[in-house]
Amino acid sequence: MDKTRTIKDPAREKKQFTNRALLSALIVLLLAALLLSRLYFLQVIEHSTYQTLSDKNRMQLQSIPPTRGLIYDRNGVLLADNQPVFSVTLVKERTENIEETLSELGKIIALDEDDLERFHQRIEGHRKPYESVPIKIRLSEDEIARLAVDRYRFPGVEVEAELVRHYPMKGTMAHVLGYVGRINEKELKELDPTNYSGTHYLGKLGIEKFYEDMLHGFVGFQNVETNARGRILRVLERMDPTPGHDLVLHLDSRLQLRTEQVLEGRRGAVVAIEPKTGGVLAMVSTPSFDPNLFVTGIDHKSYKDLRESTDIPLFNRALRGQYPPGSTIKPIMGLAGLDTATVTRQTTVWDPGWYQLRNDDRYYRDWKRIGHGRVDLHSAIVESCDTYFYDLGHKMGVDHMSRYLDKFGLGANWSLDIPEGRDGLLPSREWKRGAKGLPWFPGDSLNMSIGQGFMLMTPLQLATATAVLANRGVWQRPHLVSQIRDENGDDVIVEPQEVPPNITLKNPDDWNFIFEAMTDVMHGKQGTARSSGRGALYKMAGKTGTAQVVAIKQGEKYDADALEERHRDHALFIGFAPVDDPQIAVAVLVENGGGGSRTAAPVAREVFDAWLLEFSGYFNSEGERQAPVLPVITSER
Amino acid sequence: MANKDFVRQLPGASHHLARSSSWSMRLHVDPVLLFLLLVLSIGGLFVLYSGAGESFADVQKQSIRFVLAFVVMLVFAQLDPSVYRRWAPWLYLLGIIALAAVLIAGTGAKGAQRWLKLPGLPRFQPSEFMKLAMPMMVAWYLSSRILPPKFKHVVGSLVILLLPVVLIVKQPDLGTSLLILASGIFVLFFAGLSWKYVAAFATAVGALAPVMWFLVMREYQKQRVLTFLDPESDPLGSGWNIIQSKTAIGSGGLYGKGWLQGTQSQLDFLPESHTDFIIAVLAEEFGLVGVSVLLSIYLMIIARGLYIAAKAQDAFSRLLAGSLVLTFFVYVFVNIGMVSGILPVVGVPLPLVSYGGTSIVTLMAAFGVLMSIHTHRKMVAR
Repeated sequence: MDKTRTIKDPAREKKQFTNRALLSALIVLLLAALLLSRLYFLQVIEHSTYQTLSDKNRMQLQSIPPTRGLIYDRNGVLLADNQPVFSVTLVKERTENIEETLSELGKIIALDEDDLERFHQRIEGHRKPYESVPIKIRLSEDEIARLAVDRYRFPGVEVEAELVRHYPMKGTMAHVLGYVGRINEKELKELDPTNYSGTHYLGKLGIEKFYEDMLHGFVGFQNVETNARGRILRVLERMDPTPGHDLVLHLDSRLQLRTEQVLEGRRGAVVAIEPKTGGVLAMVSTPSFDPNLFVTGIDHKSYKDLRESTDIPLFNRALRGQYPPGSTIKPIMGLAGLDTATVTRQTTVWDPGWYQLRNDDRYYRDWKRIGHGRVDLHSAIVESCDTYFYDLGHKMGVDHMSRYLDKFGLGANWSLDIPEGRDGLLPSREWKRGAKGLPWFPGDSLNMSIGQGFMLMTPLQLATATAVLANRGVWQRPHLVSQIRDENGDDVIVEPQEVPPNITLKNPDDWNFIFEAMTDVMHGKQGTARSSGRGALYKMAGKTGTAQVVAIKQGEKYDADALEERHRDHALFIGFAPVDDPQIAVAVLVENGGGGSRTAAPVAREVFDAWLLEFSGYFNSEGERQAPVLPVITSER
Repeated sequence: MANKDFVRQLPGASHHLARSSSWSMRLHVDPVLLFLLLVLSIGGLFVLYSGAGESFADVQKQSIRFVLAFVVMLVFAQLDPSVYRRWAPWLYLLGIIALAAVLIAGTGAKGAQRWLKLPGLPRFQPSEFMKLAMPMMVAWYLSSRILPPKFKHVVGSLVILLLPVVLIVKQPDLGTSLLILASGIFVLFFAGLSWKYVAAFATAVGALAPVMWFLVMREYQKQRVLTFLDPESDPLGSGWNIIQSKTAIGSGGLYGKGWLQGTQSQLDFLPESHTDFIIAVLAEEFGLVGVSVLLSIYLMIIARGLYIAAKAQDAFSRLLAGSLVLTFFVYVFVNIGMVSGILPVVGVPLPLVSYGGTSIVTLMAAFGVLMSIHTHRKMVAR
């Protein structure tokens, strides 16, 4: 080859190209021969094998759906199980005329518009060949019997049994567990087509959705030989499915039920957390709904009723309801005031019943019109004096307040397995400039100091903050599930998650100071919740709160009776017990319940008593402690 | 780049003058190629009608696509090859920008971003565009060099090649990136790449395979390869396709079960029976005879294409034409290979038969370029 050539030689290049073209033609021919020989192998040599295979395709591979994992409470009470449900189904490929079959079937069993509409949706959607499509789910005994008699008339129609989710405690657990429902077209595209090939149900909300991967299990399959009508003659090989993992909740179903009964007839939420673990002991949102309705598909009327109820039972107030926390944040504000040295325990303020800023003629009123007189931090918490906290908030400023509220988890959903929980709203200078386009005004700080204004919290967040408070600043993220068990009963280890930093105070004795004030809220002579603390066999700490629903104009008087029920204040309460070794931290919200001390605190007292004296076995019924008090771990992380 | 014209020195150009007055030369179409393409696409519609479950609507939609694609082919045939040569670098650059844009702002499904939506334009896949721009660019780059290419020009070509391929792998779309890589390598091959480079390439590919497996390939792509090696390992998922398509092909036998009589495809056992797996429908209903006829049509198209390439008047046209023809064969080979179970399942359609718009238009545009090369001949004296 002439390597020194410097000008192109077209004739030579053309010849070379022709050579290469001939060579490639040869390769193409060889590869085509390879394809042909492969096809010859399949179509001539192996023809009879495939002929048999294809002969009506009698060999069928069927998937066997795994059994969904069960859900238990802390005492082993079954909260979600699977029950057999009979459905009449149809295989499109084996049915001559679908419309005729349906109308004939309609003469034997009742098929309503809903059934037919859903059937048509399913049969036109994505579907494997020879996959049966349900026509009507939850047949009665009577219908099964009538179908059995006439079955010979309907080739391709079968009565099939399948395991379907069942919630024995119905509405009591709906807002904790969520529910499963039939997989829809959109979800089908996201799911693993193999693993879900035999599954018709999917967790749609709550625990059922969050732990879907754990609960579902893994599909099995069987190779079957069928006759021409599709009936299985024998099973050739079988691989069993792996059932889903079982979940054990931290929750106590007795406490849950009792709490629901206490809230009966009200719109509200209660979240109870064990401070030492962060485990949720009870989480109630009333009113509730029966999740069993959603499993096989809710009918139009029931759904309409649920949707249009003014009490919005589908709304999970404990997680998704965002309310101004009102005075319940005063203990945290007090801690912040001490820790930032804005005030001391001795600082006093004169409360004439209102507070005024310099250069501002607006009156910021105390809930007590005649005022509390001279108050210090202790009495300001015990009596829930607004004026003291206006003064504290004004002196401390928004930045400190935001910072300390953030340490207690406000403004974020810190739960481990409750993704539906909302973030609430933690106001700050940056937030207000971004959201409202306005600077932070001194008046905003006053509103914020008593938990009003822009601030919003969910009951779950309020309970979490209370648990952190009860723990003296040690964080445990709230969670529902305490244990995941695989099919052999072994624990499934879940990767540990990041935990917010523990809160350390410059003077750790400030925790005691705030606890004492909160104890006097329940047990002191002036305590706002003293009627709820009366006669207790143990000491509890608490704080009442009242959140305005409608703004009251300057100079106007709040009159609960004159206001419409829906415009009355929300009643709130936070607390924990026993004070020296907190076992339970609670947040109570009663929508339009009026004052926190009158409506919310009694609910908390009943929950405390039920847990400490009755269900946990911490105290016996005489109030004697059954276990030694362990020191709270305050080690730094 | 000076517009060097070597046409003057080419022998044998003048006898084409005699034909220049015929209708085909005036319309700039090659009658042989046109006839073969028409036979293929019309025959394909019959198979599609069966594969799509006797859906006339699908056949209608596909026919409209064919009409559109033939118009595109005609338009591409009207342009002089020198136009393609002049535009090659700019088209390539445009393609690279579009591919980068896809990665940043593209839309897609199932974790892959392949589509680009520009205001005022229909949604399109820049990788389809690259199937034409890539061989043009490499042909432009090499045609002005001395051939066979020197080492530095081989390296230059590889840079041109790998840039878009990497961008497409990232989408991720392994099937398309391999087709585009092949189209560029074919240009190098036709340019007379010396055998020692070919050997080096083969070694490099062998060494790269494990790297691809561990670093580049996504889980679903690995799954396809594993399923290919052992279809029974996932009989409900992707293994299903291969088992069913082999059953369809094998049960067809020598003469097939007859049109619309294929039980596998008619009873919906065969998945994707009107798109990627349509050859299985043909094999089941028309047997080995039917597949052989189809394969012969493809081979005739390829033979005619190589003839056009060999007769081309300049290096750019030759290299481009050769590469386009061989890429067309890669489609055929990969598709039939995958459906009959000798290659893993990659999303490559059976050209001009499978249902679907983008690939038909791109393929016909490529044939338009071939016809342009064949019908724009310089009238020069010997």
